Amino acid sequence: MKAKIAAAPYLVWMVLFILVPLGVVVYFAFTTADGAFTLDNITEFAAYLPVFVRSLLFAVAATVICLVIAYPFSFMLSRMRLNHQRTVQMLVMLPMWMNFLLRTYAWMTLLENNGLINKFLALFGLGPLQMINTGGAVVLGMVYNYLPYMILPLYTVMVKIDQSVVEAAQDLGCNTLQMTAKVLMPLSVPGIVAGITMVFVPSVSTFIISRMLGGGNNLMMGDLIEMQFLGNSLNYNLGSAMSLVLMVVVLICMSITHVLGNEDVEEVM
Amino acid sequence: MRSRYGKALKTAYLIALFGFLYVPIAVLIVFSFNESKSRTVFTGFTLDWYKNLFHNEMILSALGTSLLIAVVSSVLVTILGTLAAIGIHSMKKRARSTITTISHIPNVNPEIITGVSMMLLFVGFKNIFGTNIFGIPTLIVSHITFNLPIVIFSVLPKLRQMDIRLYEAALDLGCNPRQAFFKAVLPEIMPGIISGLLMSFTYSMDDFVISYFTAGNVMTLPIAVYSMTRKKVSPEINALSTILFIIILSVVLISNAAGERKEKKNRAQ
Repeated sequence: MKAKIAAAPYLVWMVLFILVPLGVVVYFAFTTADGAFTLDNITEFAAYLPVFVRSLLFAVAATVICLVIAYPFSFMLSRMRLNHQRTVQMLVMLPMWMNFLLRTYAWMTLLENNGLINKFLALFGLGPLQMINTGGAVVLGMVYNYLPYMILPLYTVMVKIDQSVVEAAQDLGCNTLQMTAKVLMPLSVPGIVAGITMVFVPSVSTFIISRMLGGGNNLMMGDLIEMQFLGNSLNYNLGSAMSLVLMVVVLICMSITHVLGNEDVEEVM
Repeated sequence: MRSRYGKALKTAYLIALFGFLYVPIAVLIVFSFNESKSRTVFTGFTLDWYKNLFHNEMILSALGTSLLIAVVSSVLVTILGTLAAIGIHSMKKRARSTITTISHIPNVNPEIITGVSMMLLFVGFKNIFGTNIFGIPTLIVSHITFNLPIVIFSVLPKLRQMDIRLYEAALDLGCNPRQAFFKAVLPEIMPGIISGLLMSFTYSMDDFVISYFTAGNVMTLPIAVYSMTRKKVSPEINALSTILFIIILSVVLISNAAGERKEKKNRAQ
């Protein structure tokens, strides 16, 4: 078959711009600025452990909140009339088409100390609350930005769940909670797993959201990496080591996905 | 009684969710018409920020750069990706699955890592060959790279759906392989190619993270927006957001209407 040759330019491109760059990151992670082998970059990373832990915590929090918000919504969406489903799905997707910088900027103006939310609270004699420059604001920003990534895969699996299965559970005496636990949950595992990865991966590696909403005290892994490459700490080797750690975290996350959900998950993603 | 309670709860939940999604955008839009620079008090109606926006050299030139990069990279990536999909489709199972796995890398890897790894590659190029290629060329290369999986995975399903006998029939009827490709295969996979082109154009216009690391001193629109958000108060961003939101809204509405019409037609047949 000659058709195989059509992929040749792509294969060259893939090696040059996907595999080689990742190799370069690994190379930099294990060398000094002079190119000698070292493990210092990895051990130096230990000093940044609090930031690493914070990134994981924020990302887990954002993922859990997204799941809790999105799960009932996706189920409702999947039970709506077909033409309503299309419209509501479009309404969920619409904000996602805005650049994430603009979406995050919108929250900056809302959460400020003299922002609209605090102005609103003041009407009832409440506040002002310190919202901007807190960890909570960062998590909020991630939830806002990545919520549709949770809704879509959940909706995709739920729309395939037969309504008669749901009704059968209810007829047999399940209340809503029991029905969810015994019928809905097991049937929607691929969607849950896909949604978790799709929210967790961008959350744990974000760098602008944390800076815009979290101020200087809520830096995440992404911010540290950025500083090593473009910021004032400029150290490609340390930055590469941090990137490598981040990649390993994501890889672990992906392999858990793989084990839990196998091909069904990939289909939903 | 219980179901009425449930219904009210459902409605409240939906209102809260859509409020969460849309209030920030609504606030952005409202304050784009605000006379003063305040982000909390509406002092009077003005279109000045829109006027400023259209006289803002930085924004206009960044928009031009973004459009240039999006057009060039999306056309190139569509050609490269379509050829790749055709090649991959004709491969044996093992080679095919290895290549598809690698092709997924830019999709699942955190964006920041893709950005950083490509930046290191271009820095390496600079160190070895002595020329600084950062700017439009590096942006085009990186945009092609992160859009390749998008195109490949929107063309591949079309190839799979296609009846191979169509191609064989064209050959039997006297086409040479090239004619058979252009007359039988290409029209069949065209929808996949078009959607790949449109998606890669959109992603290219929207990308911030990868461009940020590979742009050098060149400003794309998202990079210009980022530099504006750092100044804290710039109502031009609100004006820009409003314009973008209206564009996105109209595109979504039009494509939705087109999709509905097509569906109706299919049903009628």
